[in-house]
Amino acid sequence: MRAQDEAEIVACIPSLRRYARGLVSDRERADDLVQDTLERAWARFSMWQRRGEIRAWMFGIMHNHFIDRLRAQRRRPEDSAGDDVPELAQRPTQADALEVRDLDRLLQRLPPEQREVLLLVGVEELSYQDVAVAVGVPVGTVMSRLSRARARLRAELQGAATSGSMSTRIQRVK
Amino acid sequence: MTMDDHNPTPVGSFDNLPPITEADLHAYVDRQLGPARLAQVEQFLATRPDERERVRDWQEQNELLRGLLDPVQGEPLPLRLPLKPTAVVWPWRGLAAGVLIAAVSAGSAWSLRGAIDVDAARLALASSQGTSSATMASSDAGLTGFAQRAAIAHVVYSPDVRRPVEVGADQEQALVTWLTRRMGTAVRPPSLTSQGYELIGGRLLPGEKGPVAQFMYGSADGQRLTLYVTREVVGQDTAFKFGKDGPVNVFYWVEDHFGYAISAGADRDALMKVSEEVYRQRKPQ
Repeated sequence: MRAQDEAEIVACIPSLRRYARGLVSDRERADDLVQDTLERAWARFSMWQRRGEIRAWMFGIMHNHFIDRLRAQRRRPEDSAGDDVPELAQRPTQADALEVRDLDRLLQRLPPEQREVLLLVGVEELSYQDVAVAVGVPVGTVMSRLSRARARLRAELQGAATSGSMSTRIQRVK
Repeated sequence: MTMDDHNPTPVGSFDNLPPITEADLHAYVDRQLGPARLAQVEQFLATRPDERERVRDWQEQNELLRGLLDPVQGEPLPLRLPLKPTAVVWPWRGLAAGVLIAAVSAGSAWSLRGAIDVDAARLALASSQGTSSATMASSDAGLTGFAQRAAIAHVVYSPDVRRPVEVGADQEQALVTWLTRRMGTAVRPPSLTSQGYELIGGRLLPGEKGPVAQFMYGSADGQRLTLYVTREVVGQDTAFKFGKDGPVNVFYWVEDHFGYAISAGADRDALMKVSEEVYRQRKPQ
């Protein structure tokens, strides 16, 4: 393995950590995900084959670990009982200033597959094509998940701004 | 408003131009539009305050999310994150636990031995070399060095029904090109049809110093055979050697700094015939 390749993987770590934190919110659990992803990336580097951006390949690995964990959680629901995001409604300090915590909770409430796409596109700035490869769905599905995520978040942010409460209006779209 | 996967809802249209879809508006927000389409979308938005507002809200979402998550990038990295490959990368790392259990139960002490005495194994291999390549050395001792790694890789990957290889035999030319590029030398799978084995495909594995090629073959009755080719071997050419590890029989030899190992559950005589065939085809005629 060339030093340059190693450097490329290491250079991905900050954005892998940022993405993982958006996916699972809790710092330790997010870094578990990053650790699993890195271990797999080091072991399977030969499978990358230089097709496309290395970051997209690593987000793909993280996607697989994320899905595995979600499945495991569903099988053992008691593990997720201590959910990291408090269910108590947080009041914004000002009507138009959204607390970080509130935004995090809105994000965590999105269905996981929508959260992935919203973060990969909006924060990690991956192309729609790279997102499709990373999460293993067609581009059309990426677009519809993005559409639903943005519509739902928009409705909830508007609800938060007008009513001052997060828990009121959850508008489901279609 | 939402979109179906294959039926994007047009949200506006101009004469002679493809209608603006919601997908275009997302791509506008995410700066993924080409210049021509960008101009059309901007023109569209100029006439549609409602859509302008929606797009602005989406842009604000991106900014809010980055504001929430960007600070993570500045945090010092936790110590537990591996920043380089583990010193010895064993091929089973990261594989499903079921495969690992299969490997451990297949041969009693195997993975343990493999994990601890690599250096000793290399010494043993080096000291056992020196016979001429035309003769056949016979020792049924346990395996060492690359032959042992070959046997382990055989057991790890052969039972993988779903994805035993990275590149299938149907793309043989691509496989050859790919392996040749990664190995830094021409690597071509021999044809073992005369021995009753068809090529399934190949994969690259991490060796001690560089990539190692593994070719997988299958017989009509479902038996798997692997050919492991490494450039890492230093030292003299050797004779054919035979060894076994658990249920796996291995023939291996060294020639021109290449190590070859053929692993299968097949018996020694059958494996010997395959080895001779590989030896015969090892160089382009």
